[in-house]
Amino acid sequence: MSVLVYIEPREGKFKKYSFELVSYGQRVASALDQLLHILVIGKVAREELNSLGQYGATNIINVSEDIPFDDQVFTGIISNFAKQKEANVVVLAHSLTGRAIAPRLAIRLGAGLSTAVNGLPASYKPFIVNKKAFSGKTLVQQEITTEVKVLTLSQNTAGITEHSASPVIEEINSDAVASATKVVSTEVITGKVLLNEAEIIVSGGRGMRGPENWKPLEELAQILGAATACSRPVSDEGWRPHHEHVGQTGKVVAPSLYFALGISGAIQHLAGISSSKVIVAVNKDPEAPIFSAADYGIVGDLQSVLPKMTEAFRKFKAS
Amino acid sequence: MNIFVCISNVPDTTTRIKYKPGNKEVDYTGVQWIINPWDELALTRAIELKEANQAAIQKITVITVGKADAEPTLRKALAIGADDAIRVDVAPEDAYTTAVQLAEVLKSEKDALILSGVESSDFNSWSVGGMLAELLDAPSVSAVSSLNIEAGNVVVTREIEGGKQTITTTIPSVLIVQKGIAIIPRIPSMRGIMTARTKPLKVVQGIASQPMVKVLDYQAPAQKSSCRMIDPENIEELIDLLHREARVI
Ligand SMILES: Cc1cc2nc3c(=O)[nH]c(=O)nc-3n(C[C@H](O)[C@H](O)[C@H](O)COP(=O)(O)OP(=O)(O)OC[C@H]3O[C@@H](n4cnc5c(N)ncnc54)[C@H](O)[C@@H]3O)c2cc1C
Ligand SMILES: Cc1cc2nc3c(=O)[nH]c(=O)nc-3n(C[C@H](O)[C@H](O)[C@H](O)COP(=O)(O)OP(=O)(O)OC[C@H]3O[C@@H](n4cnc5c(N)ncnc54)[C@H](O)[C@@H]3O)c2cc1C
Repeated sequence: MSVLVYIEPREGKFKKYSFELVSYGQRVASALDQLLHILVIGKVAREELNSLGQYGATNIINVSEDIPFDDQVFTGIISNFAKQKEANVVVLAHSLTGRAIAPRLAIRLGAGLSTAVNGLPASYKPFIVNKKAFSGKTLVQQEITTEVKVLTLSQNTAGITEHSASPVIEEINSDAVASATKVVSTEVITGKVLLNEAEIIVSGGRGMRGPENWKPLEELAQILGAATACSRPVSDEGWRPHHEHVGQTGKVVAPSLYFALGISGAIQHLAGISSSKVIVAVNKDPEAPIFSAADYGIVGDLQSVLPKMTEAFRKFKAS
Repeated sequence: MNIFVCISNVPDTTTRIKYKPGNKEVDYTGVQWIINPWDELALTRAIELKEANQAAIQKITVITVGKADAEPTLRKALAIGADDAIRVDVAPEDAYTTAVQLAEVLKSEKDALILSGVESSDFNSWSVGGMLAELLDAPSVSAVSSLNIEAGNVVVTREIEGGKQTITTTIPSVLIVQKGIAIIPRIPSMRGIMTARTKPLKVVQGIASQPMVKVLDYQAPAQKSSCRMIDPENIEELIDLLHREARVI
């Protein structure tokens, strides 16, 4: 029996989320007294793979080919290794990729699936995980009753733990099957901090009054190295692109710091931000519901407050 | 080609979640039921496509796994514009049992484009669509934000980490859709509501299946402590608190 963790390099590098997943795998494997296998698909330099040892990776399987992403193809590769290594716990990121693969993988392995789990299992025998339901309105404990388990881990819920292992690296060919889907084109957003990787998010609502007022918000984001986001009506109106829409029907985010600027704090918006460590709200209405979800609040008109914030944070960053 | 839209019957998004004594079950009394928001967008897009491609798309069927109390939600989907409806008469217990029932009905449909939402707003598991595709051994494309039929081909845009991809897929396929596929959900017209009453709603028996996960306990999340207010003339105080107290900058 073993624990298998699948991690995704991007442009040949690993992000913090991958280190968290390796740390997680290490802790689960040690609790179960099992071997840990890390599976990486894509071309990655030796040093980059070796760096995973810091988080407890002892055995790394690298399928060192750049295979275009396809749900079925990746499910095939991962399930083959899961079977070969007799994995009884398979862990993936709760990323777009992880979400696409995990359900297929669970069926193929005859495994029970728990997605977006928070932190380490509450118990291993029986196998019980903590997660949210009803878009963050309730916390649940869920038991996975099958022999083999597939999990996707919510980002920033387990943390990174340091270890020192010198990993054994196996380079392998995939025997990937042809995919039924064909990629016509790929568009990559460059030079921007991605919402799901951002430590800080600066988000604007209808209180921003119009797309022409986003400049100071973007400036503030740039100063803080933050991603930009928005409420649903803002993207519905076309003020901002849809991929910035946060909330129940948009993205669920979990940054250290979330600025809600001119956002009233509707329950569907809060569903997307309730895992933020700290929320700062700016709103001209002292009764706005966002203040009951926020840690720090400013009552004021953004037309004057936002430029002041931008200046003050600029000074702070320069000091 | 026929389009099948998988519909999850869910509590309205503003519902306050209550629990039965012992916190082992949700108390659904008094809840308003709605079409899961993503499924509503999927249905909206299906109708737009059928209107624009009369020749290519014969029929839109909505399908749900649920007991009789899910029927008003199915009727609403018919009123919005689906042609017919199927209800698999089983109370879904987890994503797996739901997907198994859907697959049993859909496995004989070869000329089908199957749409599911990325998640159901109750158990948020992002699972049923992918499980269904795997059970059908059909391709799946997840996080689909646009769908078109071009010269008989299914062309979709999917969101990937840090960008998007345009993809063609084959029939049958399961498309797991999010916002963008449509922006504003259609609402039923007066005529739609009238005709919905007489549109076919077929009830089928489910097959035996065992859940693989089960919820043991529900808890309300901890309340946030109160918000600390800061003078707009004193942004430096905010910066100081974020830096020294919260340690997030
Ligand atoms: C099924 C469903 C799903 C939904 N999903 C989502 C979702 O995923 N995400 C989401 O965000 N919403 C969602 N909504 C919509 C949600 O209910 C709210 O309508 C929406 O969040 C409101 O956006 P807002 O806060 O930007 O705008 P408003 O509610 O209009 O709030 C604007 C705020 O700005 C303040 N303001 C105005 N001018 C200024 C100024 N000059 N300076 C400072 N403050 C100012 C106002 O006091 C107000 O509080 C959903 C709704 C439904 C029914
Ligand atoms: C009163 C009641 C109590 C319930 N209790 C539970 C419970 O305790 N545990 C539990 O897991 N589920 C329960 N359900 C079922 C739940 O509503 C879902 O149908 C099912 O669990 C799948 O949820 P998910 O979050 O896994 O779906 P996801 O995988 O997040 O859903 C993705 C998509 O799959 C499709 N889909 C999901 N559910 C259905 C469905 N039933 N019929 C057709 N298509 C569907 C939709 O297109 C949806 O957008 C209950 C339902 C009702 C009405």
